[in-house]
Amino acid sequence: MAEEETELSDKQKKEIAKWFLLNAPAGEIQYVAKDLKSVLNNDDVYDEAASEAFPVYNKSHMICLEMPGRFGDVLVTSYGELQGNEYLDPKTAQVAIVDHVKQVCTEVRPATDEELPTPYVEEYRCALEAEMLKYVSEAYPKGSCSVYCINGKDVEGPGNDFELVAVISAARLSPQNFCTGSWRSIWNIECKDDIQVLELKGKLQVGAHYFEEGNVQLDAKHECRDSTMFQSPDDGAIAIASLIRHHETEYLASLEVASYLNLPDATFKDLRRKLPVTRTLFPWHSTSQFNLTREISKELGIGK
Amino acid sequence: MEAAMGLMRRMPPRHSETALSALLSLLPHNSSDLLSQVDLPLQVLSDDDSGKRFILCEYNRDADSYRSPWSNKYHPRLEDAPYPSSKLRQLEIEANDIFTVYCDQYYEGGISSVYMWEDDNEGFVACFLKDGSKTGQGRRGYLEEGTWDAIHVIEVGPEEETTRYCLTSTVMLSLTTDDVSSGTFSLSGSIRRQMNMNLPVADGHLCNMGKMIEEMEGKLRNSLDQVYFGKTREMVCTLRPPSEVLPMRLPDS
Repeated sequence: MAEEETELSDKQKKEIAKWFLLNAPAGEIQYVAKDLKSVLNNDDVYDEAASEAFPVYNKSHMICLEMPGRFGDVLVTSYGELQGNEYLDPKTAQVAIVDHVKQVCTEVRPATDEELPTPYVEEYRCALEAEMLKYVSEAYPKGSCSVYCINGKDVEGPGNDFELVAVISAARLSPQNFCTGSWRSIWNIECKDDIQVLELKGKLQVGAHYFEEGNVQLDAKHECRDSTMFQSPDDGAIAIASLIRHHETEYLASLEVASYLNLPDATFKDLRRKLPVTRTLFPWHSTSQFNLTREISKELGIGK
Repeated sequence: MEAAMGLMRRMPPRHSETALSALLSLLPHNSSDLLSQVDLPLQVLSDDDSGKRFILCEYNRDADSYRSPWSNKYHPRLEDAPYPSSKLRQLEIEANDIFTVYCDQYYEGGISSVYMWEDDNEGFVACFLKDGSKTGQGRRGYLEEGTWDAIHVIEVGPEEETTRYCLTSTVMLSLTTDDVSSGTFSLSGSIRRQMNMNLPVADGHLCNMGKMIEEMEGKLRNSLDQVYFGKTREMVCTLRPPSEVLPMRLPDS
């Protein structure tokens, strides 16, 4: 065993701390933070690591925070990020100021005109958001969604392209059952105004973590594409939402079938048989001091 | 230490090695505890003399060398290293032979090793390890890449008519599939269980230990289904219930 290890520099410790925080499963970063603080035993290093890691984690997991003042919830995403800790909620046209490390929204202010899309784009965005909200409230018991304009928000009239992104985020924490999970969908919608075509690109990511007798984690990802025509903001919105609903439902079904129904039998049989080929338990009793292996091999009918 | 084990329980299993080295560098004084309590995917080395491969773990390690169960020599060579007594070594040799046959029967491939050493209580400890992975199309399709590593550590009490055996088993499982319609799917992790039994020594240590291991692996195989698949699937369905269930609103928990 190596003798006295050279002490790690603060910078190295900070990088390690960040790594642990960033790799926390959905919804578990506060638990990881607690254990990490104890292991690090150095509040300054921890604080620095946390200030760098939490924003990245929060955006990547698209956490949902409650806004003070009855404005509802806001999703913390890179699409809605205005500045380091300011996030736009397009639904209410409010900007939430967020404390990343505490994972709370500390205050709210109205969005300025420059921060919002033009009325032309807003019509599309709003119509889609309304359809998405309907879909999400039906399909996800505890899901949130937002629709942002990420390109072309200054488009004034028809003939120009713009891009929207619809995100869905759902998380479930059940620490008393030692189980957590998350679902994240990111749908990019390119609106090709001149040819009245909408191109969709979806990225779905599902995760689950079970930690009663050990540490078991699921990480599943899926990408898909589709496109549709549109005439107006409203029918475009309905078409998109229905495509999204269709793809997500299909993905869930194929997860069930391909992975959960087929895997257990197929995989476990491949990795470990339930019983040896002989269909009986292993003949341990043939254990005599010396001819052990030969006797067993004879019993099992294998040459050795 | 408890906090360190807490972290290991939350980090993605595929990054366990990185997580463990990070913890070792943050807590150098707890290294022996960490190394003996954290299970990592198993690694293998080839024996110089016979070319047969053996599994590396804390139980056959001294400094940076590992003892082969086939030749009983350390790789790389080491002076003043611990060895089991010749009586125990006999048992170890038999155990390795018989465990190889057992693994062939159940796993149809993979590498196994058994290590034994005397402990302070006039008993001994035996560690049975099995390493194996399969890639490509399984015979029945679907399986893309899967590994099942098992570590069974048995503490054997002092020899009396009825001897006490304490088994701690860890199975590390990893499954990845990649198929067009469902994208990538990766399920991995480890489960640990314990079992204690008092068995007549007349039946022979190997027979007793072997039966315990077989029983434990059978149980783990069944509950792996429940745990790995059952629990994670339950969570996914809670997040987004399949369409047939939708009309029923789930209670808020």
